[in-house]
Amino acid sequence: MPLDKNYIKAETNKDIVKNSGVPLQLDVINEVRVNKSAVERRCASLTNRRTVKRHNQAAWLLKAITCMDLTTLSGDDTERRVIQLCNKAKTPLRQDLLKSLGIEDLNIKVGGVCVYHQFIRTASNVLKGSTIPVVAVSTGFPAGHTPKKTKILEIKESVRNGAQEIDIVISRRHVLSGSWEKLYDEIIEYKEAAGIACLKTILATGELGTLKNVLKASLICMMAGADFIKTSTGKENINATLPVTLVMSRAIREYFERTGFEVGYKPAGGISSAKDCLSHMMLIKEELSSRWLNPCLFRVGASSLLSDIERQIEHFSTGQYSSFNRHGMA
Amino acid sequence: MKKVKEAFKKMDYETALEGERETLEWITNHKGQFGHFIGGKFTKPKNLFKTINPFNRKEIAKISQGTLTDIKNSVDAARSGLKKWQALSPFQRSKYLYAIARYIQKESRTISVLESIENGKSIRESRDIDIPLAARHFYHHAGWAQLLDEEFENYSPVGICGQIIPWNFPLLMLAWKVAPAIAAGNSVILKPAEQTSLTALYFAEICKRIGLPAGVVNVVTGDGITGSHMVNQKEISKIAFTGSTEVGKQIKKITAGSGKKLTLELGGKSPFIIFDDADLDSAVEGIVDAIWFNQGQVCCAGSRLLLQETISTKVEKKIISRMKKLRFGNPLDKTIDMGPLVSLEQLNRVKRLVESGVEGGSDIYQCDMPSILKGYFYPPTLLKNVSPSMDIFQQEIFGPVLSSTTFRTPEEAVALANNSRYGLSASIWSENINLALDISPKLKVGVVWINSTNIFDAAVGFGGYRESGYGREGGKEGMYEYLELNSDTYNIKKGARLFKANISPSRQSLAHIDQTRKMFISGSQKRGDSGHAIEIFDKQKKEVATVGRGNRKDIRNAVEAANKKVNWTALSCHARAQILFYIAENLSQRRDYFIKLLSLTTLCLDPIQEFDTALKRLFTFASWADKFDGAVHQAPIRANTIALNEPVGVMGIICPDIAPLASFITLIAAALCQGNRLVVIPSENFPLPAVDMYQIFETSDVPEAAVNVVTGKHRELIDTLCEHNSVDGIWNFGDPKYVSAIDKASISNLKQIWSMTGDNLNWINYHASFNKLLLRKSSQVKNIWIPYGE
Repeated sequence: MPLDKNYIKAETNKDIVKNSGVPLQLDVINEVRVNKSAVERRCASLTNRRTVKRHNQAAWLLKAITCMDLTTLSGDDTERRVIQLCNKAKTPLRQDLLKSLGIEDLNIKVGGVCVYHQFIRTASNVLKGSTIPVVAVSTGFPAGHTPKKTKILEIKESVRNGAQEIDIVISRRHVLSGSWEKLYDEIIEYKEAAGIACLKTILATGELGTLKNVLKASLICMMAGADFIKTSTGKENINATLPVTLVMSRAIREYFERTGFEVGYKPAGGISSAKDCLSHMMLIKEELSSRWLNPCLFRVGASSLLSDIERQIEHFSTGQYSSFNRHGMA
Repeated sequence: MKKVKEAFKKMDYETALEGERETLEWITNHKGQFGHFIGGKFTKPKNLFKTINPFNRKEIAKISQGTLTDIKNSVDAARSGLKKWQALSPFQRSKYLYAIARYIQKESRTISVLESIENGKSIRESRDIDIPLAARHFYHHAGWAQLLDEEFENYSPVGICGQIIPWNFPLLMLAWKVAPAIAAGNSVILKPAEQTSLTALYFAEICKRIGLPAGVVNVVTGDGITGSHMVNQKEISKIAFTGSTEVGKQIKKITAGSGKKLTLELGGKSPFIIFDDADLDSAVEGIVDAIWFNQGQVCCAGSRLLLQETISTKVEKKIISRMKKLRFGNPLDKTIDMGPLVSLEQLNRVKRLVESGVEGGSDIYQCDMPSILKGYFYPPTLLKNVSPSMDIFQQEIFGPVLSSTTFRTPEEAVALANNSRYGLSASIWSENINLALDISPKLKVGVVWINSTNIFDAAVGFGGYRESGYGREGGKEGMYEYLELNSDTYNIKKGARLFKANISPSRQSLAHIDQTRKMFISGSQKRGDSGHAIEIFDKQKKEVATVGRGNRKDIRNAVEAANKKVNWTALSCHARAQILFYIAENLSQRRDYFIKLLSLTTLCLDPIQEFDTALKRLFTFASWADKFDGAVHQAPIRANTIALNEPVGVMGIICPDIAPLASFITLIAAALCQGNRLVVIPSENFPLPAVDMYQIFETSDVPEAAVNVVTGKHRELIDTLCEHNSVDGIWNFGDPKYVSAIDKASISNLKQIWSMTGDNLNWINYHASFNKLLLRKSSQVKNIWIPYGE
């Protein structure tokens, strides 16, 4: 199935300087320093240095919706379940809310729908014509302990089935054993297999042990050509935290300064409240810039975040605190 | 709702103001006019002046200018307050401090807003840092109030404390001053800065509401004139001042010879050192917290940036791109990093200093400021390529101005960092623990932050070396500033004789061959510069010996030697202990001689007892050499905060006449055991025991210049010694008539002075607490913050 033309257009319109990768530079990796206490202090301070209120908050939350990879990645997923999710993806907000905010023409929809390989076709069918890309997790998600051959095949199959974006998991063992070349080579192969599909590399930061490893792995993935670096599968005990967002944003900035390539960022898992989501967005704005706050360079992988955002937007619109049952389920 | 769409496209911040209704209501309730808080009541507002909001230059309220009468009334009130306060038990006092902490917390938002509109600091800082820390300070000291008897045995409160605080952290500085003072059982008269009095008055109201006994806390507002009235009050036993080094020196001058206890927390030009193995992005963020915190109006602001050459260009680039993200505006705006400076005067001062720096040849980068801002704003400024010889590198600017220079090696970093009159704080950024821990003790500062900056806590002492002042605030070390060791633990009881028996002098002559007694400088006996001698007499007024009559140059030579030869300080504590024991061993071999010597003078009434005491003291302080441990403070963050006892440095010791051997040995042993290098002026009338120690020093492996002795007339020596800018501290146990002169002579480099009347002291049999006091006075506490986590 061909890629959705509208989607490609939307991306090129933004003039993103896509990452074509660079040769592995181990000296850059060896220079990496991260001070955890200082990183935490920055995160704690930033969320109190900035805030968005009222209409501005509503606007930021709308942006968050457009950057959201609405996700279902469970063992009990079924086709019906995926169809429901895709329908919600197309109309994430109640019509009357869009109207009251005067934003009908913004055509608010989510950034992508993220599913297992099994459901790519189902999702594509529902999303056809919507410009919403189908995102497939891959390479033996979530643990990544399947044979390399199968992983490559999985990527190719997913792309052939219509996935426009592939979220691969990296081999954490390469990070933990310091086998940076292996990690680099692995991503190169995935990138080749994915072709023109957008490649997001999931670091599973909760399993990398230290922030320093997170930073190193981020840089390796980017050197190997990742279009996005993504925090977590959502299955680890610790998922997207602010310190991880800070470290990965700084990695993207460092890489951009060295190469001129713009790599996207996707925190996933653990962001379930509108407030949390705003904190991550503010951190990205501060460490990178507003340019990164759009679906081409920022995604947030979430399943329950949307319903909290809907409530907050209704609160802004009506002045009354909202309730979950007033918004259609995903 | 067009706004939503626009905001969606812009994705920027918009002004989000903190509400000020409750705060303004409070001011209106007072009709916008405030009197002083004296004896538990607010006086009628009088002699009013305006307090200005630096953001919009508008009047917030009117404050009373305190007169001499107001100060006198407050002293009366504090006297009666002191009586009531001391009549309470520690538990009862503790409950009041606890109540204060609770109230600050309960009304934290109102207070934060008040602080921000008067000072100009962002609401984030007052809400998240200043006010919570102020509350924490009262909680912590509610604890010290409770533990007073068990933790400070033999100590008593000093009495009425006069406290003068600056405008940069109005309520927090109040807390730092008031909390330990009243926890220790004192009463206080506080004068806030004239620019920022409102939170102090709000605090006064809290004291009233919790029913704090009248007169325990008094607040008198006004400018420097009010402050000088306060400093002149005889009945005030302690002055605690935080502010400029210039005013600190004035206070020192006024109080010279008054016997007032003094804590001075003064200026700084603190180094911020980044090594090439640091987490550079975090270090840059540290710079934001160091120099753009509170608009750089922070005594411990990291205003001198020292960059390792290998990374300097990279870091400067990072700083500039970080500066572009800073936001300015109304202090009540929750999205800003910086508000205006506190006053027009301050703004002009900063402008002037930066202009001079640019003329001096440094490159300047400044943030663009929104032109709409009408307050006293000054843009964050980076001055690159600053040389240490430029004013801008040495002078405190007290504004958002960072001066940057480079170094090549760790050694050079230390040298540059210490190339300052000040010594308040330092930040070290490196991921190498060996390097960071190696550098920390080498910096002449009171506070070191490793991979962090500007963190404070009530449990951790804060204060500086050199012209940054003396005394510590916070922690146990801070409590001692408001307490005094009871004099009955060390003084001779009135009417009692110092010694038990009076042994008749030996008729034997001391020596058969004439002896030439010299100075002891740099480990060898040196003839005095003057070529004059002083005769020393025995009980029968018969000349028994002559000693050299020291002069300016002898003092100069001694101080120079003590500064140059640092071997003694570099020794391990074990080695210092060994040498002090060894001195005792060698001294004991000459027991008969020294007893004979001591029996010549009326200044010693029991030679045997005095000699044995001297030996015992050597043992005591040899024992303490490796036991006067520092501490690891418990601050509520993930960090080890190590309180290190460091030597004062080069100390001048002026000995009393009485007990000429025991007093000499006690003082030098106590100061030596902590690693100080000494210039000692022994007893004027009977210096022979000190002089006869030379040979013992020489045979006891004492490194050269650890002890230097200059004999002579005290009045001819003490000025030079106390004025000398390379002397870090003075122990004056000599004639009390010189106290005032000594205080005055010490002003230029603000060396620490400790004056006691040595002739009243029971050198033979004082209480053991006095040893601890000596140890504390021979050291200063450096607090090293080491956050950890990987």
